Amino acid sequence: MTTITETTVAPTRLSWLTPNLLGVALLLLLGYGLVPWIGSDYLMDAVLTPFLALALAAIGLNVLTGYAGQVSLGSAAFLAVGAYAAYNLNLRLPSLPLLADIVLAGAIAAAVGIVFGLPSLRLRGFYLAVSTLAAQFFVQWALTKFGWFSNDNASGVIDAPVIRIGSLSFTSATGRYVFSLSIVAVATALTARLLASQIGRNFIAVRDHEVAAKVIGVPLLRTKLLAFGISSFLIGVAGVLWAFAYLRTVEPAGFNLDRSFQILFIIIIGGLASLRGAFIGAAFIVVFPLLLSRLGAALLGSVFDSGVLEMSQRIVIGALIIAFLIAEPRGLVALIDRAVAAARRLRSSQS
Amino acid sequence: MTTFRHAKLALGAALALGLVTSLPTFIPQAKADEQFFPLQSYRVGPYAAGGTGFFGGFIDYLNLINIRDGGVNGVKLTWDEGETQYEVERGVEVYERLKSRPGVAAWNPLSVGIAYAMIDRISKDKVPLITINHGRTDSTDGRVFPYVFPLLLNPYSETSGIVNYIATREGGAEKLKGKKIVVLYHGSPYGKETIPIYKLLSDKYGFELEQIEVPHPGNEQQSQWLSIRRAKADYVVLRGWGVMNPVALKTAQKTGFPVDHIIGNVWSNSEEDVIPAGDAAKGYVAITTQASGAEYPVLQEVIKTVYGAGKGNLDDKKRIGSVYHNLGIVNGILNVEAVRIAQEKFGKRTLTGDEVRWGFEHLQLDPARVEALGAKGLFHSINVTWDNHEGNGRVTFQQWDGAKWKVVSDWISPDWAALRPIIEKSSTAYAQERGIKIRTSGDDPVGQ
Repeated sequence: MTTITETTVAPTRLSWLTPNLLGVALLLLLGYGLVPWIGSDYLMDAVLTPFLALALAAIGLNVLTGYAGQVSLGSAAFLAVGAYAAYNLNLRLPSLPLLADIVLAGAIAAAVGIVFGLPSLRLRGFYLAVSTLAAQFFVQWALTKFGWFSNDNASGVIDAPVIRIGSLSFTSATGRYVFSLSIVAVATALTARLLASQIGRNFIAVRDHEVAAKVIGVPLLRTKLLAFGISSFLIGVAGVLWAFAYLRTVEPAGFNLDRSFQILFIIIIGGLASLRGAFIGAAFIVVFPLLLSRLGAALLGSVFDSGVLEMSQRIVIGALIIAFLIAEPRGLVALIDRAVAAARRLRSSQS
Repeated sequence: MTTFRHAKLALGAALALGLVTSLPTFIPQAKADEQFFPLQSYRVGPYAAGGTGFFGGFIDYLNLINIRDGGVNGVKLTWDEGETQYEVERGVEVYERLKSRPGVAAWNPLSVGIAYAMIDRISKDKVPLITINHGRTDSTDGRVFPYVFPLLLNPYSETSGIVNYIATREGGAEKLKGKKIVVLYHGSPYGKETIPIYKLLSDKYGFELEQIEVPHPGNEQQSQWLSIRRAKADYVVLRGWGVMNPVALKTAQKTGFPVDHIIGNVWSNSEEDVIPAGDAAKGYVAITTQASGAEYPVLQEVIKTVYGAGKGNLDDKKRIGSVYHNLGIVNGILNVEAVRIAQEKFGKRTLTGDEVRWGFEHLQLDPARVEALGAKGLFHSINVTWDNHEGNGRVTFQQWDGAKWKVVSDWISPDWAALRPIIEKSSTAYAQERGIKIRTSGDDPVGQ
């Protein structure tokens, strides 16, 4: 078992006494202590909140694809299930507190995920990816087709409720950011614990060699469905954040196949089977284009119209993705680790 | 060692954050008298044809006011574009990016999804949100939505306008009885929005109604048109979007349905919808709030003053006077006039968003004023009040002759009185859900 764990790409083990904890604590301190005080509304509302939501979705997909080795193209569907479930729970069971709505929405997404995970027992690789497309199309179709999901709202676009826990209301940009950060931090910590447990090792065993895993007694059916369930749960919660904390509206068209691909690219570029990778990938996919777009607009905005700028950014980002993946197919996480190791070697050789 | 590494990581993160946070300060500070229009435009992506035309027209008109008049009473109009590709989250990002600019007058996203995401935000920031010809229908009720303006035409009025047009073609509303109307709608929230309204009107006027869905994107409609033929429809209302429109026209031709009995709605009325259908579109009729063509004086001035100075926004000059370009021009007129009206009350200076909101709530342009603006025949009139944010826009119908649109009807009024109770029912429900105080007069303080 231990050998398997060590051969994984950058396993994140949050055993509670390693210096890893210090880094996480520093980041949390920064996230809670510094950003809400000095960050602008723009930073929190337009950059960090979507970053957090997509990072959580990427963690969800990483559990499934990175750790358990099941490729899925249905992530956006589970985002939508989470968002719509939370909306309906909030609407129809007003006595439930919002946190309970979120957890239940995650559970509903998990249930849907398990149903669409069933084909994974027979299908693998590309074939499984194609079958998860069914989730993508089915969910979007169902949400548009049946007006009940959007409370028969004429235009099918719904308003997200105000985020309120007890007497605390998280309406401001800072509030919604802190709310997202807290949810993502807790969910990440729980996921890290889970992946370090026997269940996480089962995932990796199934990914690395299904037959061998079966031989050593890993229950394939349960493990795969559990992976689908946990993954969909996390993605569902991310969907709630995306709809309630970021957009503050829910529309089925926002959860299309493009979004599924976006999340898949986040984990591929960030690094498969790595929690850090989900965050780094999300940063690259969400924050980097914004930076580039603002730089482009500031430097060349007077020369080209926004359409031309947009196109050239796509080219730049596309080229960067190719360059990164050639330099390090295992993602930005591995690239960073290599850079750090090189810097360390340099330091030790000097001293 | 690891501690060091993490400290470095944290330092790097802090630096990156610092870079992002400090970016907004690079923005040039506005000079004293400028009014800023943030534009959430879409020039790339699937809806670029509409986006380039509409935002091109809007910018062309703002440019005309700046070049010809030196701004509105000396207040220069400025704008900045952020590309959204019609995606909601990009629209939100652009909103957050541009909202802190000084002197924001109004937002004009031309996207229902983006508009929905902005309603909470603009209400809090007290800046008007203009959704010309589209948007959330119940935001027509200014008592509940003080900052949202679905100017000229909301989806319900469009429905009523189309039915009224069919009535005039048949020779009166009583002739609608027993006629068969099929609504062919896009399988999206947008497409389904008017289903209950067609039902309501069918009950009212006694015409038979069948509503048929075309799944997105709509590039295969054989079975739908066979059903239409079986139903022996007298008229087909095309409530389409994008590729669905030319395919509908071509399929209609194949199944032998007369094209001049197909009536397009406001998102099926552009050159981009008919040109790909070629011959099949000849004779097709569609609703519009603004006539096409460049013969109107305001368009002539745009061509002379703006394009003459090399500042025109459209790359393809042939698109001047097209449906989307003219919609942008009309949108420009309405925004500029709202600013002008508000300036008369508050002074000829940079106005706050709330002051511009007051201007929109008093945006009353009668046909004489429209003529003075050089837009006679381009659009009819508008009469926005504090509680009616649509402003009773009239509609007209144009027929495609194979090369250009030709107006074939008078200016027709939708049946606003019949629609208002439905709108109020929906808006008061929203007010209740949100705990919004319903305004009882235009002087009420607005806010939540």
